[in-house]
Amino acid sequence: MKRRENGDSQPISASRPEKVDTRSSKSEAVPIFWSLAALMAVVVAAPLAGSSHIELGRAFAGVSPDHEIFFYARLPRVILALLGGAALSVTGVLFQCMLRDPLAEPYTLGVSSGASVGAVIAICLGFRATGVASLAGAALVLLIVLGMAVEGRRLSSFTLLLTGVTMNSMAFAVILFLHSLASFSQSFAISRWLMGGLEAVEYSTLAWLAVVVLGVSTVVTAYAPQWNLLAVGDDWAASRGVSTVRLTAIGYVAGSVLTGLVTSLTGPIGFVGLIVPHALRLKLGADHRVLLPCAFLLGGAFLVVCDTLSRTVIAPTEIPVGVLTALCGGPFFLWLLKSRRRSLWL
Amino acid sequence: MSFRAETLGFAYGLHEATFEFPQNGLITIAGPNGAGKSTLLGILAGLRSPYLGSCTYAGREVRQWPKREFAQRVAFLPQSVRLEFPFTAEEVVLMGRTPYARGWFQTDEDRSAAEEAMTITDTLAFRGRDFRSLSGGERQRVILASALTQRPEALLLDEPATHLDLRHQLSLYRLLGGLAKSLLVVAVTHDLNLALQFSNRVMVLDDGRIAGDGAPGDVLNPELIARVFEVQATVHGRWMTYEA
Repeated sequence: MKRRENGDSQPISASRPEKVDTRSSKSEAVPIFWSLAALMAVVVAAPLAGSSHIELGRAFAGVSPDHEIFFYARLPRVILALLGGAALSVTGVLFQCMLRDPLAEPYTLGVSSGASVGAVIAICLGFRATGVASLAGAALVLLIVLGMAVEGRRLSSFTLLLTGVTMNSMAFAVILFLHSLASFSQSFAISRWLMGGLEAVEYSTLAWLAVVVLGVSTVVTAYAPQWNLLAVGDDWAASRGVSTVRLTAIGYVAGSVLTGLVTSLTGPIGFVGLIVPHALRLKLGADHRVLLPCAFLLGGAFLVVCDTLSRTVIAPTEIPVGVLTALCGGPFFLWLLKSRRRSLWL
Repeated sequence: MSFRAETLGFAYGLHEATFEFPQNGLITIAGPNGAGKSTLLGILAGLRSPYLGSCTYAGREVRQWPKREFAQRVAFLPQSVRLEFPFTAEEVVLMGRTPYARGWFQTDEDRSAAEEAMTITDTLAFRGRDFRSLSGGERQRVILASALTQRPEALLLDEPATHLDLRHQLSLYRLLGGLAKSLLVVAVTHDLNLALQFSNRVMVLDDGRIAGDGAPGDVLNPELIARVFEVQATVHGRWMTYEA
């Protein structure tokens, strides 16, 4: 160590020798590899499951109806679930880290509420483009929250949190008001939208969603070592050379873009962005270099599994996927929490 | 010269402080609550700006240093670290290598710097344990190790002995005294006996102004302590007793 002398100082607890733990940093690649393998297995299996039996060979050979069921009903939905789950999980990791709040989730900072208000207004006004309206709502909230939280060259994560929570409350009030004025059919449409759900969308829509989700997630993951520092504290990160204002702004915009886009296509799907990050931390630790890629891969896999169950368990009736995410993830998370609680000092 | 301040001030808590710090030595900053100790340390660490007047490190204004370069020279230890997430002690220590990071992965040099720092602070024994499961004293040693992995020229510590029992307080200051032979160590403290025993120089702040600055035996005299802390003190060589 440069210019380092320990002089005659004795180690702080030299009088109490302890067994040396020789564990070193575990390889980052192993959990990422297994997460990728799990995702691939799920993505291959999920389109084959459903109320109608199909064969992969017939689907690729263009034999009807296997071809249509596989390529137009199930595969787009599986891809949407994969991208949605990945985006929500990555955002959950990000917001929990930025806000240093284990209860933070993609919907904490108001963007999804803005998206919901946009969609509800579109439904009430009879516009068909609910997705575009919800995107506009999400973008508006993003700008308002960012505008409130930025003060000169400072960006307070605490102000982000307070503004986001306030925007959530205001958006909820607007939705309630519009819901009370809506007709029966509009009211049903609003309820369906707010429940969240996955439907087959066009491949062109999936293509741009994939580009944005992959691009933003890659950028976010590139900053993984810096997220580790920000998870400890602003001063901790700043005193180790990290520009905390820039990093917080990147995190908020990235998480909001991911959440806003996914919400505009699926409506709000709860639990994924809260439970996947925590389950992964319990198993893999808090290093964002492992956590973010695994959250992307296993968050995607988790939502694909939940969606597959939602359309098969009581087929042909579908269970809203948000109900399944809570029912599948909740007990698993409680079991994990109970089994690891003592070792994690929770 | 490392730090040099001229009529240094901050919007609240610090007024017209002028001083120079040498390249090495243990300097303690003492004073009552709200005297401006942490504000001064924050300015030195590059964490509080804009400040008034001038504060330079190695001849360059602290606020003008590129953050990464500055972090390779100056390390800061907060009073305490509260973690919400399950980082291991070793991961916390390795965070100190961020100013040197060239990419996403840690290098052998990063690991060897961390190992060396953990050896110095005697934290190797629990490198794989969840930081949150450590005692206050163990945590303090881990964050000290993290700062040492920055391989700094100056180490700034905000009340480093606060969570430590008497034995660990003495051990920590003994360690800081050893480190101060080769680098500048600046520690904010409320314990005047630790300042008297271990530091090469004491700066006492009162209401944001420097009330005393110099050798511990000269500065920490009963008159100054009575004036600044409103406490009657009796100095017995390198320790003192108080009377309310």
